[in-house]
Amino acid sequence: MIFGIPLQAFLGQLLIGLINGSFYALLSLGLAVIFGLLRVINFAHGAQYMLGAFVAYLLLQYFGINYWLALVLAPLTVGLLGALVERTMLRRLYDLDPLYGLLFTFGLALTIEGTFRYIYGAAGQPYAVPKALMGGTNLGFMFLPNYRGWVVVVSLAACLGTWLLIEKTKLGSYLRAATENPVLVQSFGVNVPVLLTLTYGIGCGLAAFAGVLAAPIYQVSPLMGSNVIIVVFAVVVVGGMGSILGAIATGYMLGIAEGLTKVFYPEASNIVIFVIMAIVLLLRPAGLFGRDG
Amino acid sequence: MTPLLRVSGLNAWYGESHVLHGVDMVVGQGEMITILGRNGVGKTTTLRTIMGILRARKGQIMFDGADMMAVPLHKTAHRGIGFVPEERGIFSTLTVEENLMLPPVVAKGGMPLDEIYELFPNLAERRASPGTKLSGGEQQMLAMARILRTGVKMLLLDEPTEGLAPVIVQRIGEVLKKLKERGMTVLLVEQNFRFASRIADRFYLMEHGRMVADFPVAELPDRMTMLNKVLGV
Repeated sequence: MIFGIPLQAFLGQLLIGLINGSFYALLSLGLAVIFGLLRVINFAHGAQYMLGAFVAYLLLQYFGINYWLALVLAPLTVGLLGALVERTMLRRLYDLDPLYGLLFTFGLALTIEGTFRYIYGAAGQPYAVPKALMGGTNLGFMFLPNYRGWVVVVSLAACLGTWLLIEKTKLGSYLRAATENPVLVQSFGVNVPVLLTLTYGIGCGLAAFAGVLAAPIYQVSPLMGSNVIIVVFAVVVVGGMGSILGAIATGYMLGIAEGLTKVFYPEASNIVIFVIMAIVLLLRPAGLFGRDG
Repeated sequence: MTPLLRVSGLNAWYGESHVLHGVDMVVGQGEMITILGRNGVGKTTTLRTIMGILRARKGQIMFDGADMMAVPLHKTAHRGIGFVPEERGIFSTLTVEENLMLPPVVAKGGMPLDEIYELFPNLAERRASPGTKLSGGEQQMLAMARILRTGVKMLLLDEPTEGLAPVIVQRIGEVLKKLKERGMTVLLVEQNFRFASRIADRFYLMEHGRMVADFPVAELPDRMTMLNKVLGV
């Protein structure tokens, strides 16, 4: 018993919080990477997450391609689509007011979601948990479904990998430098336009990766993106726009906060993230990890 | 002396504002040239336009026998021109060493890393600190050092001594002399007249967006009265 709550219920909600947090972290990480370099608030991020899940679903339906391959192919497909969108459309908006980028990606999200809703309806399509991850493990103090454990581990690894890519590699140093001063980096002989395309592609790919991970848990639905994206924007605001580590840490923190609120005061669990956002905005307008704004 | 850079009839605009009005200049291989002029006559703009950062431009820029007008900004460095901006452009989210290693090597003959650290021992000591934690003088050294590594033939250097202590200014002068010995061509914008007279081979005087005079360092004493009047010093 913890504060009068059975340990089982507490740990159960903690796990759900950790899983939701994994998705928040993966999605807000992609948003932060895109915003940092492109200065575009990518409203299509939820739709790209949904696309990831749908590509996995379609690959299985029509080509019999399993979960493991889809985990690679879906992010690659959505990443390439993202790169194409950046190259042909988004790129034309960089010199205009940032509002145009926001409106464009919002319109893109509506178009993608509308199209899938038209074809598949609003109901979710089931996606089976891969065989190797079926069942669960008794940890002694609680029962852990294997797939959920896998989601937590692999999303943490993906976050860590992205962070290492940005902080520790040559490509990452180009990315960080171009975030500060793109013109100077370009004058050094770095092809910054390609870097922008690559970054948008990687951000979209991360969203699609989260989408494939989510497919066996939440079902594959055209609305799955718009359900999660509002919370993810709150995560990004709390963490601080453009802060990579901030986006990751805040994603997990808020996921857990949401889960624990379900234990202690279930009525507030849907709004707790927005309450935290309001408080953070009042006390630290630049976000928990943002630089003074 | 073979000209490395030849600029003719160069015009440039910042939006509606016409800043360069037909700049003509020639920089020979291995020369060290200083552009003099009052604030706002277009010295920095000249460097930014040659580099290709400012794209609203007309006229001709020939570098190393090739037309540079159609070359995109990210290819300019690969043709052999490096630019050190007035604000130095040290990245705060990169360490000193990451800043140093950032610009891609564009040709052989750049300064090797150990030689750079020998020339700038402060940078070696602080290689793991964030770039902007360096002093102003060290940041200027870093901004120059990172371009030297790339093997460019010509350096465009915008007011390297601005806001720096005399002892640092002297150090930068020594570095520039060393570069000259290595055969580097340098186009320098400089307000510090005394500093420029110690290192430059030749001067251009700029007024209202064009070059109005061009003379070697030997003629400097005869022109002092005129320069003092024009530059208002």
